[in-house]
Amino acid sequence: MSLLSGAQDRFNLGDNAFGLRPDLALVASTIAPETRLLDVGCGDGVLLEYLVKQRRCDGRGMEISQAGVNACVARGLPVVQGDADRHLLDYPDDSFDYAILSHTFQAVHRPREVLRQLLRIADVAIVSILNYGQWRARLSMVVRGRMPHTRTIAQPWFETANIRPCTVRDFLDLVRIEGARCGRAWGIAKEREVTAIKPGFEGQANLFADQAVFELLRPPQPKRRRR
Amino acid sequence: MTQAARAVHEIQESLPGERALLAGGAPIVLESGARLGSVTVAYRTWGTLNAARSNAVLICHALTGDQYALGMHPVTGKPGWWQHMVGPGKAIDTDRFFVICPNCLGGCMGSTGPAAIDPATGELYGTSFPMITIGDMVDVQARLLDELGIEQAMCVVGGSMGGMQVLEWAARYGERVASAVPIAAAARHSAQNIAFHEVGRQAIMTDPDWCDGFYYRHGKRPEAGLSVARMAAHITYLSEPALWRKFGRALQDRYAKSYGFEADFQVESYLRHQGTSFVERFDANAYLYITRAMDYFDLEAEFEGDLARAWQGTKTRFLLVSFTSDWLFPTSESKEVVRALNRACANVSFVEIESDRGHDAFLLDEPDLFATVGGFLASVARERGA
Repeated sequence: MSLLSGAQDRFNLGDNAFGLRPDLALVASTIAPETRLLDVGCGDGVLLEYLVKQRRCDGRGMEISQAGVNACVARGLPVVQGDADRHLLDYPDDSFDYAILSHTFQAVHRPREVLRQLLRIADVAIVSILNYGQWRARLSMVVRGRMPHTRTIAQPWFETANIRPCTVRDFLDLVRIEGARCGRAWGIAKEREVTAIKPGFEGQANLFADQAVFELLRPPQPKRRRR
Repeated sequence: MTQAARAVHEIQESLPGERALLAGGAPIVLESGARLGSVTVAYRTWGTLNAARSNAVLICHALTGDQYALGMHPVTGKPGWWQHMVGPGKAIDTDRFFVICPNCLGGCMGSTGPAAIDPATGELYGTSFPMITIGDMVDVQARLLDELGIEQAMCVVGGSMGGMQVLEWAARYGERVASAVPIAAAARHSAQNIAFHEVGRQAIMTDPDWCDGFYYRHGKRPEAGLSVARMAAHITYLSEPALWRKFGRALQDRYAKSYGFEADFQVESYLRHQGTSFVERFDANAYLYITRAMDYFDLEAEFEGDLARAWQGTKTRFLLVSFTSDWLFPTSESKEVVRALNRACANVSFVEIESDRGHDAFLLDEPDLFATVGGFLASVARERGA
């Protein structure tokens, strides 16, 4: 069952029967059923459980907090306690079809290394970020002279886990620097309105989306042998 | 057999619980190549095996543990060593699961070990007992499950040496283990751990009452040596913060230092008590043999230097647990196993639990441990309809 209505360039994320947060529903919709995946920063496992139980994926999780791991293990999900900055190294090359980082990428210490590791262990990385370039965030900064404070960016600077705030453009720059490719991408506005980010229209997403989801692919190279 | 030796034997025979003579007493071949006849396993069970025989949980005890995981211990009168973990409504729920806890091979609570009768001579084995390994212990447990008609255990669980057995179980008999829960364990015994064991063994073997391991027939026991071995080992089960919290530098039953070698400090008195109470329930030779088995344990070497091979293609679900303050089996050792399991594409969960109580934390009241293990077991049971 699909969580999204069609593959149009603009659509709204409705409520779903699984109680997935809208951005997680969008992430979930990018994952093909019956694939192998790693959810990095899987929290209490709500997305992972959906993918394992509804999409029949062979899903694994990594989570830094003990409470999160306990919740996942109690749900019957295979989750290891670990830190994206250090423990992605533990997985062999090509372990997964997908590596998912929903609202985790901006919380890591070494984003470049994490990105490299993601595309080493998985064919595709699905990364969602909060967009600090959205107009409200910009306005908030210009008018108030303080770090952005919006509905999505709700935590004060001294509390937020997002130690690496960036914009859609910043993120895409990093992808380019790392030589990865960006496949499909979507901006989410008002937590529901999804717009596909088309090449050449990144600026629009950067201005209007409060969150964004990217499908990152390995740089083109000779086909590697799969496990 | 001397009177004294017969007394040792009779105590073992009279312990409460079940006993099984494996394969009708036919000899089993040990990893060392030696053959061991008339192998008996003493064990306890709780709960009921369901009709599908799918709800069996096998508990592997630690070095100085035994089959009395739950209920009163027949020698010490104390509650079972895993009373917090096992029982009705507990994480290992005896209302839902059929729980089996055998005394390990080489043990001294009724299973065949150095204090058992050698059928070849009619005497107690003493140090003529063959060397055993963690693998041998697991083999014997597998044969016990055969006797009980259990094809596949829903879970094999254990802490410390018990956790080593769990890892070995999953490597040797993966298809017979639906889920494996090694707690505070490692895939091999570290140099430091071997060193500590050697201190304990030397304490026993330099005790004149050890009599080269044949003390039973002389009516003696190397109590001083075994007690010192226990004292040294007990320190490794704790942590500095736990010792400090419990005792600090507080004095025992006195207001001032004695300027002598009595147990002035509470921590000394505590350790001496640990030592003397241990000798009442444990056999010195069993301590030698079991510590040796742990020292020899190295799964990585067993699988040609690649730990992942131990579990390649396994369908077993794993849950590993370590404790932050455990320096005997530190988190890094568990993580090494997790990494290997990841390489083997196994289904693995891992939790490091915050506790300052050292290695012993796995035996204590640790709610996070119970929540994790309980949730995991419930999900495994759900999956197999047990």
